[in-house]
Amino acid sequence: MLFAAALLAKQIWYIVPLILSVSLVYGATRHELPRPILYHAWHTGVWMAIFMGGIFVVLWLVSWWL
Amino acid sequence: MSTSAPPPAEPTLEIDLRDPHVAALFAWLWPGAGHLYQRRYLKAVLFAVCILATYFFGLALGEGKVVYAAWNSADKRWQYPLQLGVGLPAAPALVQSLIVRRGGDPILGGLMRPPRPGELSQWHRDLNLRFELGTLYTMIAGLLNILAIWDAYGGPVIGEPGKERGPPDGDKSKDKDKDKPKTP
Repeated sequence: MLFAAALLAKQIWYIVPLILSVSLVYGATRHELPRPILYHAWHTGVWMAIFMGGIFVVLWLVSWWL
Repeated sequence: MSTSAPPPAEPTLEIDLRDPHVAALFAWLWPGAGHLYQRRYLKAVLFAVCILATYFFGLALGEGKVVYAAWNSADKRWQYPLQLGVGLPAAPALVQSLIVRRGGDPILGGLMRPPRPGELSQWHRDLNLRFELGTLYTMIAGLLNILAIWDAYGGPVIGEPGKERGPPDGDKSKDKDKDKPKTP
């Protein structure tokens, strides 16, 4: 319940435009054509979301035990 | 999520970077301008939209107060050099800083002016989380533009052989020179 509340917290959604922007720009610095850029951006975005999601879960678990 | 799918094949490309130094300068002055100069229109639009949207969203979150130049005993704004990576959109802060240091009144309605003594804590109180978020967004925009400047100067980064994601059928010959920049 607390986890869902934390997930739905308003502040966490500020990360979405950042992930979108960073992954697109990073993809564009690796490729020249639109499809490879989007492909790379998708992978970068997913990787960032998983990485930060993992940190989020770890911190949430730590806060649970403290 | 399908991380195992092969990336779309990219044909061999030769990119005319024109004068890379001029392109890099333009890219710094205004995100996307360097690529526009090089006639790389898609990337010009992509960089301009992504970087400027990030920057101005951050600036709006912070009500125009998160980008300012100050370096004194009370406030060392180390974030500003990173924000300056975005070029001209962050330049008014330098002008405001110079005006204030010479004892003048800030222009542009005080946009991007440095805080007066004791005012910074008030800004933090008023804006709360939005001050930090606005600072973060504008810093990231500046850092992203540094990537864009590098792309304008040297073309797309080419991965080390064997480390670049390639077609799984081992047909690397088509892929070898992809995105190869052509310098004058």
